[in-house]
Amino acid sequence: MSALSAVVVEPDIRWNPARGPVAMYCLIGAETAIFAIFVVAYIFYIGKSLTGPQPRDVLQLPVFATICLLASSLTIHVAVKLLRAGRVFSFGLSWLLTVVLGAIFLVATLREWHHLIYDDRLTIQTNLFGTTYYSLVGLHAFHVTVGLLALLTVLALTLRGNVGIQHAARAAVLSMYWHFVDVVWVVVFVVVYVIGR
Amino acid sequence: MPTESVVKPAAELGTRSPLVERLHSWVTTVDHKRLGLLYIFYALIFLLFGGIEATIMRIQLIRPLNSFVSPQVFNRMFTMHGTTMIFFFAMPIMFGFANYLVPLMIGARDMAFPRLNAFSFWMTAFGGLLLYFSFVGGDGLYGAGSAPDVGWFAYAPLTSKTFSQGHSTDFWILALLVSGFGSVGTAINIIATIICMRCKGMSLGKMPLLAWLTLTMAGLVILAVSPLTAAQLMLLVDRYLGGHFFDTQAGGSAVMWMHFFWVFGHPEVYVLVLPAFAFASEIIPVFSRKAIFGYPIMVAATICIGFIGMSVWAHHMFTVGMSSSANSFFVLSTMAIAVPTGIKIFNWLATMWGGQIEFRTPMLFCVAFLFQFLIAGLTGIMMGAAPFDWQLSASYFVVAHFHYVIVGGILFTLFAAVYYWFPKMSGKMYSETLGKLHFWLFVIGFHLTFDFMHIPGILGMPRRIYTYEPGRGWDIWNLIVTIGVFFQAAGLLVFIANLFRSYFRGRVAGSDPWDAWTLEWSTTSPPPAYNFAVIPGVKSRRPLWDLKHPEDPDWHYE
Amino acid sequence: MNSLMRSFLARALVSICWSAAAALAEPSNPRLSPTNIFAPLSTPAQSIFDLSLLVLDITCAIFIVVFALLVYAAIKFRKRGTAHVHEPTQVYGSTQLELAWTVIPVLVVVVLFLASARVIASIQNADRPANAIQVTVIGHQFWWEYRYPSLGVVTANELHIPVSDPSKPIPTFLTLLSADTDHSFWVPRLAGKTDLIPNHPNRMWMDPHEMGVYLGQCAQYCGTQHALMLLRVYVETPDAFNRWIENQRQPAQVNGAPEGQKIFERTACVNCHTVRGTAAIGRFGPDLTHLMSRDTIASGAATNTPENLRHWIQNPDAIKPGSKMPAMGLSDPELNSVTAYMETLR
Repeated sequence: MSALSAVVVEPDIRWNPARGPVAMYCLIGAETAIFAIFVVAYIFYIGKSLTGPQPRDVLQLPVFATICLLASSLTIHVAVKLLRAGRVFSFGLSWLLTVVLGAIFLVATLREWHHLIYDDRLTIQTNLFGTTYYSLVGLHAFHVTVGLLALLTVLALTLRGNVGIQHAARAAVLSMYWHFVDVVWVVVFVVVYVIGR
Repeated sequence: MPTESVVKPAAELGTRSPLVERLHSWVTTVDHKRLGLLYIFYALIFLLFGGIEATIMRIQLIRPLNSFVSPQVFNRMFTMHGTTMIFFFAMPIMFGFANYLVPLMIGARDMAFPRLNAFSFWMTAFGGLLLYFSFVGGDGLYGAGSAPDVGWFAYAPLTSKTFSQGHSTDFWILALLVSGFGSVGTAINIIATIICMRCKGMSLGKMPLLAWLTLTMAGLVILAVSPLTAAQLMLLVDRYLGGHFFDTQAGGSAVMWMHFFWVFGHPEVYVLVLPAFAFASEIIPVFSRKAIFGYPIMVAATICIGFIGMSVWAHHMFTVGMSSSANSFFVLSTMAIAVPTGIKIFNWLATMWGGQIEFRTPMLFCVAFLFQFLIAGLTGIMMGAAPFDWQLSASYFVVAHFHYVIVGGILFTLFAAVYYWFPKMSGKMYSETLGKLHFWLFVIGFHLTFDFMHIPGILGMPRRIYTYEPGRGWDIWNLIVTIGVFFQAAGLLVFIANLFRSYFRGRVAGSDPWDAWTLEWSTTSPPPAYNFAVIPGVKSRRPLWDLKHPEDPDWHYE
Repeated sequence: MNSLMRSFLARALVSICWSAAAALAEPSNPRLSPTNIFAPLSTPAQSIFDLSLLVLDITCAIFIVVFALLVYAAIKFRKRGTAHVHEPTQVYGSTQLELAWTVIPVLVVVVLFLASARVIASIQNADRPANAIQVTVIGHQFWWEYRYPSLGVVTANELHIPVSDPSKPIPTFLTLLSADTDHSFWVPRLAGKTDLIPNHPNRMWMDPHEMGVYLGQCAQYCGTQHALMLLRVYVETPDAFNRWIENQRQPAQVNGAPEGQKIFERTACVNCHTVRGTAAIGRFGPDLTHLMSRDTIASGAATNTPENLRHWIQNPDAIKPGSKMPAMGLSDPELNSVTAYMETLR
């Protein structure tokens, strides 16, 4: 039907949203649903363990780790702003700081787990608390790890000089994922360390 | 974007056979049309596998105390039949049609993320192969191997290591986990494509209903498949890390698995049925020669179904002992969803009203769909009344109901869609005679099987039993149900034969054999890799109607 | 031609189905099936049946109206001839019509919801009267354990309860538990089904108005032999019920078959089975103290005859493949002795 050529117009990208953020919102939606199920299971099983250590006996507030993770959201936000302004070197520094803060969080989690397993004898098999705690916190730590790998990839590319102002939108999309991981931690923190104890 | 980015020396080009070239191009494709076709072919193969599993079960049940297969084999058959049909036939074929049609209908050149598209297909494909490997893993084919036998909804604690030793349950978990990632990937792709890549002039209110229904379906996939993924991860923790999520001995809850599964399981059936509605909404108007009646309310009803559909899940759990208030809530939400669904039936009816209906094969299947979906919805309302469900649930009445929806509703519109878009996809016209033969054989078989299947349910026959006692009044009905299977099988054979024959020897179809109105009919059949020579712009919901009727275009009325 | 044939065929099929349903709805037609949900003989089943009639009336009416419109549209608005005519008038919508077919379904929904909620409350929230018979039902793979805690009775597979005269009712209240996976207690003429879920006690009740044997079976897939986990409920006069209770409370009268008893107690039988008053105190399998008072064995899979019993002990998989009872590998003389011993457990 060549008569359609009478209405020839190229797609006007400005009036449709960009694909990257839409896709990332969808991914965040799916991940939120997965975390929601683990959170529901955690809440449902509060107080239902038949034996073994209870949360209030063994859990301590991971304040330092939380501050690091929340700060990393700030640094990644700053990094994206810097990249949008074209300041690639400063972007790299801020991005590196984000990675370091995220890594500190992971190390702190691992240390907490080491203490729980070897000193408090709480494993995933011990009781309902152990199962739900390690699953929920572990699922979150897994997402932090995946995020860190992505951030490290960008960092490596920046060091090679492959990253410029034209990649700001993509960096912003990745930072959305990182912010999501942070929000999940806030929820996990409240549910596990505040309500659950 | 060319698929080959490296120029090969002439000598090397000559040594690769054309067949290998063709296979390679299909395996590495990122073109939405080819991926769509791959999904559809894959799904049709699994339709045959699922059909064989159903036939084995029906032969075993043709008379009481039969010994065609052992209970172990039978239990594997019903598990694999359900899992195959839902995850490796119905979902992939719907993704296939969505992939093929959505970019064409919104005037785009491809999906938003072509490589993610390919990745998602191959994940789904691998999941199916993994599931079927269970037949030959372990003991080999003897006794149906290690295929899962826990039912397609895999209730706990039957799935714990205690009651499901060996790896049969693990095949179920892993195959669905893997294909679940593929499903979510496709859903993300669909949403990004529809939101971001519509052509100029096509606001959300001007895109075809198929796009709206596919968009809603993708949203449901994102919200619904994830709970299944989560529950399966929990089950893996239980089975392999000694966890206690569903370990009733340690205080765990079997009912919690049910909640998590059905939070997936019910929206899943809307994932399957919304594309069926999409096909009906595109085909019925064209063959009635009228615009769809009430486009805005059809959109609103779709969104309502999406939302309400997430709140009805525990109507699958009326017998597990929830409180009377919880039961009553789910009665209300289940009844409520009948309202937007009923509205859609009335709108399709109103589209036919005052039209000039041509009963070509796609329309025959759509009219049968209307009749059958009406009945399916009404039996659904019966079971939505919880006390009635206390008798009907887990009986053959339920089995009859959901097959009425899935076969009588969804499969019938799928047949309509295949016939309707086959000319576009292949460039050839199918044989109308064979199409009608397929229709009649299948309608007779369908009604023989699934009308009469309601009766054993009313007479007290539970589901998932490999045999039954004589003297319960179930014998004659089971016999009739099994006979219907052979008519349906015959219909399917005619269908496959029609597709093959028409592809190779059908007459050329041209770009617009149905005198239709949406953008896919404006390009060649089959479309070129780039879909449109020039990206079109539109002014109404039926751009080709506007071009064919310049004196009376749609945008005067919308 | 096509649409006319189609509408005729469809109408014929529908008439057959609805006649069948109407026939089934005949209240006292147990010849059709002993497990017919439309032949209730107990209050919960009757409440469900009454609600179902309302639901069927409404859905039937909806079906007839919409079906008639569909058939009419398919015939009246068929394209005549093959020549291309002008396109018909394009109608894009109608607010009044769309409002009407939204409001009317909403009203139907409200009616059905209220009717259902009432029946849910009347069945689920019923108070247990002081004279009710209380039974604890424990589901096993693939048999039923019955305990009457206040009457001191433990038995298996065949439930005995007294008939309940509507003027002075004696309902039976069941507490439902499970020893392994999910099961479901479904005797259609007495009540709707309720699941037995481990770590999730459930409650149901029934008050049969007529004496007799009521059939049913497990209605939640529980493993290989889900299909032969059958239910038999014996409803008898209060006197007969009391006599049955009295008999079930007695320990086994053990002096009939010492040879068989010795083999029974020496082999692994005692790991699973109890014979009260002897050394056998296993709990994994059914209580055998009064095995001969039952009409069937293997939870209904076979009638309780000496041949079947001997066959069952010799090789359970021959009768119920996948049941949890292993073949004990007894020789023929041993089998004869053990069967003779079982035959003394009245």
